Amino acid sequence: MNAQLLSYSIWVPIVGGLLVLAVGDRRAQLARWLALLVSLLAFAITIPLYTGFDTHTAAMQFSERVAWIPSLNIYYHLGVDGISLWFVLLTSFLTVLVVISSWRNVQTRVAQFMAAFLIMEGMMIGVFCALDAILFYVFWEAMLIPMFLIIGVWGGPRRVYATIKFFLYTFLGSVLMLVALLYLYFHSDHSFDLLVYQHTPLGMTAQILIFIAFFVAFAVKIPMWPVHTWLPDAHVEAPTAGSVVLAAIMLKMGAYGFLRLSLPIVPDASHKLAWLMILLSLIAIIYVALVAIVQEDMKKLVAYSSIAHMGFVTLGFFVFDSVAIEGSIIQMLSHGFISAAMFLCIGVLYDRMHTRNIRAYGGVANVMPIFAALMMLFAMGNVGLPGTSGFVGEFMVVLGTYQMHPWAAILAATGLITGASYTLWLFKRAIFGGIVHPEVAALKDLDLREILVLGTLAAFTLLLGVWPAPFLDIVHSSVQHLVAQIAVSKIPA
Amino acid sequence: MNAFLLHWTFAIPEIWVLSMACVVLLADLYLGERLRDVAPVLTVLTLLGAAVLTFFEIGQSGTAFAGQLILDPFTNVAELFSYLAVLMVVLYSRRYLMDRGIYRGEIYVLLLFALLGVMVMVSGGSLLSIYLGLELLALSQYALVAFHRDSLSATEAGLKYFVLGALASGLLLYGMSLLYGLTGTLDVRHIAAALVNVNSSNLILVFALVFIVAGIAFKLGAAPFHMWLPDVYQGAPTVVTTFLASAPKIGAFALIVRLLIDGGYGMLESWQQIFIALTLVSLVVGNLIAIAQQNLKRMLAYSTVGHVGFLSLGIVAGTAAGFASAFFYTIVYVLMSLAGFGMILLLSRAGFEAERIDDFKGLAQRKPWYAFLMLIIMFSMAGVPPTVGFYAKLAVFQAVIAAGYVWLAVIGVLLAVIGAFYYLRVVKVMFFDAPDPDVDFENAPIVRDDLASATLSMNSLALLVLGIVPGPLMAFCFYAMQGVI
Repeated sequence: MNAQLLSYSIWVPIVGGLLVLAVGDRRAQLARWLALLVSLLAFAITIPLYTGFDTHTAAMQFSERVAWIPSLNIYYHLGVDGISLWFVLLTSFLTVLVVISSWRNVQTRVAQFMAAFLIMEGMMIGVFCALDAILFYVFWEAMLIPMFLIIGVWGGPRRVYATIKFFLYTFLGSVLMLVALLYLYFHSDHSFDLLVYQHTPLGMTAQILIFIAFFVAFAVKIPMWPVHTWLPDAHVEAPTAGSVVLAAIMLKMGAYGFLRLSLPIVPDASHKLAWLMILLSLIAIIYVALVAIVQEDMKKLVAYSSIAHMGFVTLGFFVFDSVAIEGSIIQMLSHGFISAAMFLCIGVLYDRMHTRNIRAYGGVANVMPIFAALMMLFAMGNVGLPGTSGFVGEFMVVLGTYQMHPWAAILAATGLITGASYTLWLFKRAIFGGIVHPEVAALKDLDLREILVLGTLAAFTLLLGVWPAPFLDIVHSSVQHLVAQIAVSKIPA
Repeated sequence: MNAFLLHWTFAIPEIWVLSMACVVLLADLYLGERLRDVAPVLTVLTLLGAAVLTFFEIGQSGTAFAGQLILDPFTNVAELFSYLAVLMVVLYSRRYLMDRGIYRGEIYVLLLFALLGVMVMVSGGSLLSIYLGLELLALSQYALVAFHRDSLSATEAGLKYFVLGALASGLLLYGMSLLYGLTGTLDVRHIAAALVNVNSSNLILVFALVFIVAGIAFKLGAAPFHMWLPDVYQGAPTVVTTFLASAPKIGAFALIVRLLIDGGYGMLESWQQIFIALTLVSLVVGNLIAIAQQNLKRMLAYSTVGHVGFLSLGIVAGTAAGFASAFFYTIVYVLMSLAGFGMILLLSRAGFEAERIDDFKGLAQRKPWYAFLMLIIMFSMAGVPPTVGFYAKLAVFQAVIAAGYVWLAVIGVLLAVIGAFYYLRVVKVMFFDAPDPDVDFENAPIVRDDLASATLSMNSLALLVLGIVPGPLMAFCFYAMQGVI
């Protein structure tokens, strides 16, 4: 069992999703329960990855390697290290919450909806575990299909525009990565192994071209300014659960791609183009945060705030400091909890009022005290208040950056202030104050199901904020190894 | 076994198909009135029998009848896939033809003759036999396209196809005659040997290559020789379109293998340049014009042009791996278009062709299973994993990058993204749009057709299953091309 743990993590949700699909939309309740069961099972399968993880090594663990397409020397090669482990767990954990949170607010084509999420879960875990370039690419692209359908079928009024934009943007980004991966194949003695790529000597020009190809793929996915424009559209039109997965997991894949591919495979180009990446990150942190302030639509606001938060992540990568990179990973994890929670909170309001316009609310705290308290916690996490997970990551990134580029750190720190302004202003307008609209007065507070979902996320936000040590322990060896790896030039002498 | 007998054993599958085509014709003549299914059933038996006969030939290789026929792995594999393609067409065809009153034995006889043409092209070892095979295929196709005599568009398509097809055959024949004049032999292997002594800038040789490549490009449907394709695909009865997009493409690929690789590999650099141009034009024309189409058959026709562009990337690579990946692409393309056109004819009924993209509106609500299958087909054509279409593209891109044409691969992937748009549009109308309110679905249900429906399900799911385990099919195609070069 232990040997194929990763395969089970990937294929149990996919097969389970197909079973849910077979149950059919007519037996909606059965489909929901089956989906919940599958997601819980999938989560349970991933837990031994954590308990059995050896924190002292940077090597790949739980590896599996089987020939897959012998004609092209492609292997079914899986493994996790400290960098990917948390994302596997985050994915399987959030899928459980997503299934629970969609229990009632999705009423059409229920089985298809649940199945799409479960299948997507398997594919996303596949992205984080794949160590063969083609396997990685297959999961990376295949994941687009369920998301395309989720936004397009269950989305808002402009869903078709948003989902086609989402698909084409990400597809365009990733095809160039495919060319780069194929190019690497011929320069690494005909191997598609990502770990082999890490030791392939490459000249500067080749490295820069590969870096750009990777950059396009990952920057679109993260998304970085200026290729971020698909994200607000996709978020606004996606159903709540779609937004949660998009923000909490899919955005992380772009960042993960930088860590797994760009930095170790083309370290010299990464160093050479670090200024550009830092610049784009700072623009995301400062400019996009300013854009967030003026949003009227709550989902759009959180979408822009996601872009700003991911700016911290990319900033942390490209100062090549282990504290900053660890901070980035914690920030990704924390953003996974907090953005998921924020979108779920907005979903709670939307289910009751069917609008996301901030002006339609005001004084929600008077009628929904439990909700207001929980959302307050997440808002504070979004701001980066000490004691919440948001603080740890951003602090470490700024700290690490300061040692290398003081000015960048200072500019990034201003992002914390803008972050506070848009989040708190949103909170003040929507939740505090007197009740203006009669619809708000009729709101009902959270039911048990919603408390369960949001409460779990709140617990993790606090845990990661107060006691990040267990999270960092897992990450540490792998990041040390990565930093050492980037420091060595790969240009052939 | 003496040499004389050996010659005949090499031709057994061809002889079998020829005899059985005659048997089907006669059986239909005498029994067709009473037993309407006699022709298709016999056709299926013929195909299965041919598959068994070919299967026993696997592993043998050599030439027969003074080099007229070549037996090598490519012959075997390409013939097996041709049987499969025709088999699927037969399985799809029954109800569609019945609804239109053209469920007659002749159509199956013509299919068998066309198949025989493909087989001769695949195994042809001399210019003469290759051309004979080509013409046998082409004449059967002209008749098939115009088979629905009462349909104006089919008749028009048939005529158009005949005029342009004859022109292309003429071009090819002229190129062959120049090649013959230059080398003094019809046998492709002797031609290859003779060309070693010919300067590659020899004017006659250049002319010969240009004419031959133009003829091949026409048969494949590569731009700018694609003009016949949309009209013929749209005008022909969908069963015939399904056939046109399947086995004949394998035949056209065989032309490349026999004429350009077996015969003209020494001149690789000369015809490679022409293929680069064909590839670029096909990729751009096919993928861009497909966006503007409202008719699904027409859109698939232009997408065919695009696919030909992709498979030519493998040819451009000019390596054994490149040719193998192009062959893999061809086979995958055949499977995908069989499924795509199969879907159209499954949704059609008497007096109605489900060929407009709008006819697919809301299919996910009316028939979720068909919509799911079409989803697989469309994503496979777009080249999105985990469908087999992705590996086809992967293989050709890999080959072309290995040959040093990174820029061609970059152009190719960018056009693949543009191509994704029009495939996505079909998915969009099926899943995101509501069924057309003007159409009265109570009185216009999707006709139940278990045979075609089961075939389509197998065909489409194969695209998904082969996408998850593409290894064996790819290995099979690589095996086929190992004898070549």
